[in-house]
Amino acid sequence: MICQECNQRPAALHFTKIINGEKTEVQLCEKCAQEKGEMFIFNSETGFAFNNLLAGLLNIDPAFQKPSQSPFHQEEILQCEHCSMTFPQFLKIGRFGCAQCYETFKEQLNPVLKRLHSGNWTHNGKIPKRIGGGLHLRKQIEELKNDLRNSISQEEFEKAAEIRDEIRTLEKKLAGSNKGGE
Amino acid sequence: MSLERFLKTAVSSWMSEEGPDSDIVLSSRIRLARNFEDYKFPTLFSHEDAKMIIVNMEDTIRKSDFQKFGQIELLKIDELQPLQKRVLVEKHLISPHLAEDSPYGAVLLTENEEVSIMINEEDHIRIQCLFPGLQLSEALDAANEIDDWLESNIQYAFDEKHGYLTSCPTNVGTGLRASVMMHLPGLILTQQINRIIPAINQLGLVVRGIYGEGSEALGNIFQISNQITLGKSEEDIGNDLKGVVSQLISQERSAREALRKTSNIQLEDRIFRSLGVLANSRIIESKEAARCLSDVRLGIDMGFIEELPKTILNELMILTQPGFLQQYAGGPLRPHERDIRRAALIRERLKMEQEK
Repeated sequence: MICQECNQRPAALHFTKIINGEKTEVQLCEKCAQEKGEMFIFNSETGFAFNNLLAGLLNIDPAFQKPSQSPFHQEEILQCEHCSMTFPQFLKIGRFGCAQCYETFKEQLNPVLKRLHSGNWTHNGKIPKRIGGGLHLRKQIEELKNDLRNSISQEEFEKAAEIRDEIRTLEKKLAGSNKGGE
Repeated sequence: MSLERFLKTAVSSWMSEEGPDSDIVLSSRIRLARNFEDYKFPTLFSHEDAKMIIVNMEDTIRKSDFQKFGQIELLKIDELQPLQKRVLVEKHLISPHLAEDSPYGAVLLTENEEVSIMINEEDHIRIQCLFPGLQLSEALDAANEIDDWLESNIQYAFDEKHGYLTSCPTNVGTGLRASVMMHLPGLILTQQINRIIPAINQLGLVVRGIYGEGSEALGNIFQISNQITLGKSEEDIGNDLKGVVSQLISQERSAREALRKTSNIQLEDRIFRSLGVLANSRIIESKEAARCLSDVRLGIDMGFIEELPKTILNELMILTQPGFLQQYAGGPLRPHERDIRRAALIRERLKMEQEK
């Protein structure tokens, strides 16, 4: 077999690339393989738009794949009220139409966010001043304290300990934000 | 135009100034994605929305006296020549997406070009700070300051759970992309890079070539950036990246030392051959130029070459891109003509140093 790059030397390297289920066989001689070496690392990204990937992620989501109850039952297509983007449309382009879409497609979105951001799906960073970081944190702490009381009354001590730790971190954060912000 | 004058107008501060660890880290960049609450995202917005957003931004600049970064200039994409757009892309001041696919796009630029704010790209606002060397936290501070300043006039799309809302769910949360451009010839020559890149990917970081997604690692220059924007604080994202970058720096340094010990004369030969090519060739392709520039820069960092400034790699890598060459030539050039121009520009630039 002859190298497909220089068409001169015999091919020494044979490998198969699979991109989006599409198979490509590659035959290269050692020299060309070395020259292309660094290209191969990056080439996997070209011709492979992000939204394909995203659509893939969403489609394998079991919640989304659930077959409709009966063949006569037409499933409602989710549509954003503000910008009228539909969920299939979002899958196709991989971009939202407006800020409201995050609320509209919340249920489909959370599992995807977890996958995109290695398990995270809630914001843990900067908060615009007008929203007031302190207020938001205090609210969260209040809710957790309620949970804590419930857990203790139901003798779920392991869970209670977890919640207690969470409250501590939030309180620390609250103290920090008060110092920094105000 | 004389080359000297051209350089003065063409070179941004990140290309000509040296920062911390600048023997390996060329530049640090922070990008924040933000959107107006009341307008649809650029995927769906109308011409009127787009205009209003630009008007709003102009207002913001005019109203508040934000002088920290000097004069700010607004450029509208549809008023720029194709060549001017290309030059801005090559300088990393705007994205290819803004230049090519954003009909209502605009950019705010500061005088020293450390700060650029893209308008109506994939998101309404993208704040970018580009600093020389390893200065992630400095760049983050600057970006945050600009963010706070804009926020005082603009209602951002934000929700408590998802953070700053962005057009694409891969940017939601902090909207932060931190990236570092690194010159890693030692890791390439010792063939360690193929082992290192997968390891970096496993840490939730992405490695790319010099011009972003899908681009080749021209001149042994790599861009390393965070993938995760949600669930971590801005500081943590920056620190995680910095941690990996610091490790890469020490790996690259020890690779260079190993090369010096095991194949000193071969290395020296390679470096001076490349310098010879750059100083004498009459036709040079961008790939060859990038390779030789990388060798020469390595030679400077390792003390083999003493009469050239370190920043010559950053500078010439950018200036020998097709857009810049054509701007210097004053008109469009065919690929073959570019290769001739490129060779001439590099020769002239090296001669400038000799005459100093």
